[in-house]
Amino acid sequence: MAQDIGREQVRRLMAEGAQIVDVLPRREYSEDHLPGAINLPLRKIESHATQVLDPSRPVIVYCWDSA
Amino acid sequence: MYDYRTGKQDWMGAGLPTEGTNAERPRLVDVVRRDVPTCSLDERLGDVRDRVVAAGWDACVVVSQERVVLGLLRAEELQADPDLLVERAMRPGPSTYRPFVSVAEMRRIMIDRNLPSSPVTTSDGKLVGLVRRRDVGLR
Repeated sequence: MAQDIGREQVRRLMAEGAQIVDVLPRREYSEDHLPGAINLPLRKIESHATQVLDPSRPVIVYCWDSA
Repeated sequence: MYDYRTGKQDWMGAGLPTEGTNAERPRLVDVVRRDVPTCSLDERLGDVRDRVVAAGWDACVVVSQERVVLGLLRAEELQADPDLLVERAMRPGPSTYRPFVSVAEMRRIMIDRNLPSSPVTTSDGKLVGLVRRRDVGLR
């Protein structure tokens, strides 16, 4: 179960080396994404997460907004 | 695992940096005037006008204590009866724009709506600054 966090917590975790995952489609990711974020669109996240994410570091996922 | 629920809209709305093909295009965060004068609802218009003119401006953003935008005083409103309270003189609820809006898009909006200036706010309505026509390359 993911824990909801806000902007300041994101910044703190980023500074501590968290992995940032943008789950938006590739085109939207390409236009703008948070610094250092990788792209794992929602439909691929389950199949690819274990291949690209380091399980020893925190992971933050985001999309466009909470809708 | 953490979920940044308010996501990219919140991040960009706060004017924080991004990466990607759009990141190199100028946005409002790059041109907005953060030094725009501000005032509160309960000030006397004449006092605000004096302060605004002394600062070399012809506009003032009306904000709450938390810097949430409540209204706008452009040149026309600043010329009203100096004894009015700001609350009575201001243009309430002006359209606001987020810092991630591109300068090119804002230029189109200002032309289409004939806007002399517009407040730029975060996604929770807090003032970032004011963008004027000249800031986006218009007269």
